Amino acid sequence: MQVNRSTPWFFLTPNLVIFGVFTFLPIAINFYYAFTGGVQLYPRDRPFVGFENLATLLDCGNYLDPSTCRRDLFWRAVWNTAKYALFQVSLMVLFSLITALVLNRKIIGRGFWRGVYFYPVLLSPVVVALIWKWILQRDGLLNAAMVAAGNQPVLWLAEAGPAFFWVVFVSIWAHMGFYTLILLAGLQAIPADLYEAAQLDRASPWRTLVRVTLPLLMPNLLVVLVLAAIRAVQTFDEVFVLTGGGPGSATTFVVQFIYQTGFQEQVRLYGLAAAGSLLLAVALIVLTLVQLRATRAGSAGEKTR
Amino acid sequence: MNRLSLSATWAPALAAVVATPALAQELRLQCYSDGNECEVTGDIAKRFEAANAGAKIVIDKVPYKAVVEQLPVQLAAGEGPDIARVTDLGGLNKYYLDLTPHLSPARQKAWTTNFASTLPWFRAGPADKGIYGLMSQLTVTGAYVNKTLFEQANVPMPGDKATWDQWMAAADKVAKATKTPFAMAMDRSGHRFAPLAVAYGAKIFDSKGMPVIDAGYQTAVKKFVDWHKAGLMPKEVWGGVGGSQYRDAFEEFANGRVVMYYSGSWQVKRMDNQVTKAFHWTVVPAPCGPAACTAMPGGAAFVALKRTKQPALAAKFLDFLAQDANYKELMARTDNIPASLAVAKAGVPYKVSALAGTALDSFVADVPKIAKPNYDLQGYRFNRAVFLPTAQRVGQAVAGEMSADDALKRLATDIDEQVKAASK
Repeated sequence: MQVNRSTPWFFLTPNLVIFGVFTFLPIAINFYYAFTGGVQLYPRDRPFVGFENLATLLDCGNYLDPSTCRRDLFWRAVWNTAKYALFQVSLMVLFSLITALVLNRKIIGRGFWRGVYFYPVLLSPVVVALIWKWILQRDGLLNAAMVAAGNQPVLWLAEAGPAFFWVVFVSIWAHMGFYTLILLAGLQAIPADLYEAAQLDRASPWRTLVRVTLPLLMPNLLVVLVLAAIRAVQTFDEVFVLTGGGPGSATTFVVQFIYQTGFQEQVRLYGLAAAGSLLLAVALIVLTLVQLRATRAGSAGEKTR
Repeated sequence: MNRLSLSATWAPALAAVVATPALAQELRLQCYSDGNECEVTGDIAKRFEAANAGAKIVIDKVPYKAVVEQLPVQLAAGEGPDIARVTDLGGLNKYYLDLTPHLSPARQKAWTTNFASTLPWFRAGPADKGIYGLMSQLTVTGAYVNKTLFEQANVPMPGDKATWDQWMAAADKVAKATKTPFAMAMDRSGHRFAPLAVAYGAKIFDSKGMPVIDAGYQTAVKKFVDWHKAGLMPKEVWGGVGGSQYRDAFEEFANGRVVMYYSGSWQVKRMDNQVTKAFHWTVVPAPCGPAACTAMPGGAAFVALKRTKQPALAAKFLDFLAQDANYKELMARTDNIPASLAVAKAGVPYKVSALAGTALDSFVADVPKIAKPNYDLQGYRFNRAVFLPTAQRVGQAVAGEMSADDALKRLATDIDEQVKAASK
């Protein structure tokens, strides 16, 4: 069949225009802002400062010690984000996997339990954060239960350690259902005859998990891992409502630093915020490349098997 | 019906249809509310509309955060309402419409006489003589005390000249005697912190007029952090929130978890509605320090914006609000302190409880005590470049993330960098 060469463009153009205006143009503007200074909003009014904004953010005596950095809050946010991504992603993938494995078995009320685990995903992040704030604040439900049990109330959100723990916990609670669903779909795609063969070979449940389930689930696990990692690096709304980035800066993440610098202060340093966005973008690109590499390695492994 | 009578019937209707768009002058007023300010302004606006055929005032009620964070960006982009209720009085100066050319000489005189103490807050500098805004609410910071707890503890309330330390000691005694968790709480805000700093000798500005973290400010920060470390103040208010975010401590006071609460006059209505039934509260005179017994002025104001297509009408509406009878009504129905000298002198017929009435009187009595650095800071264009980093850095010190000394060093750098960046 003869296809007019312009037909694909006809269908692609609307999307290209939308992406161009709402994605690529802002990226270009972000680049421009990152290399300009001052507090003016209009690009034409902003003086070119070269790499000054990036240099300001990267000006550090010791990157591992934010107090030696010129913009200590940025580096506190960077390390908080890294720590958060490490704990949140690894724990969430682990719990999602365990939940998916359980929900894949023939248990009573399987549909109900699947719904229960997926339900938090439907809630707005702000609603999730407010619900947990009511539970965790000094006069919240958790402390009421503790006091009723004869214990002292605990400042769950006003001490750095507990606040960080709860930020990770709430995030896992809210998003686990989504990743569980992806893994569940992966589990259901594994042919049943492989498990029958494993049974005939008298393979233990653990061996079946390690030698059959996990290798075949690896593509889904990789997707989950990378999606969760990207989302963790971009975390903002839930944490902002739950802790406001506090106590101190214990739960301030990079996106909150960008928002605060660009929009919350009276003197809005758009250039510095844009430079922070560029560095965040670099981190996200690295994560995506790792995903692509891992996915390719995974499919190459499958082909040679 | 003949042609003539048809014309006679339709002509006025047609004229009305054609004329309406020409006459209709709509002003959009962006308003945030601490209580019922927007509603009362709306009522007065209706009278303005009745007196000015074709005028229409549309009040867009928005959250405070929208005024602080979104309005400046809107204005910088050439967008925004015709009139707005703002709190960053000096910082947004370049967007204000000067009302002077739209006011008669008599009204200009009325404005400059009645609002003499607050008009400079809106101006770009000493050379600027413009009339830019109408204070819809003059606020004064001050301390609320749970008098019932003092009575239960049988501890006498410190006198008029009592220092912050004396108040803290007395409140601590009361807290211990009544098993109240904390002696005092203060809203998480650099604005609220400023009177404490000035009381302990902070000058706020150096000889060149630039903000400075001097010995007085340092003393106040260290004292404040120590009070938290000693468990006299609840850590979660200043230490529990991140960044420079505002957090008030009203709930702590209303729930009887603190003996004393440092906030401001804008809380009187809320206090009256929510606390009066629970316990006897009162506002005490401004706590003192070695340098001063002082409070921080502030407030919100209606400003007309340059971008309006109806500058004359916007000026006319603000002038209508500024007229003594209307202004008095605005103050009386919103339980706010008047910025107009004429209205203050004549008295405002507040319809509040006895407790709230006494509290408002106490705030008014504190106005003459306000020290110059506090007035200067309120009128400083970049005052939020002092307030916000104070909340951020002192908050970090209270949370135990850094020492008070480190917080002070960072605070000085933050303010310096922000002011320099703003001047580029």
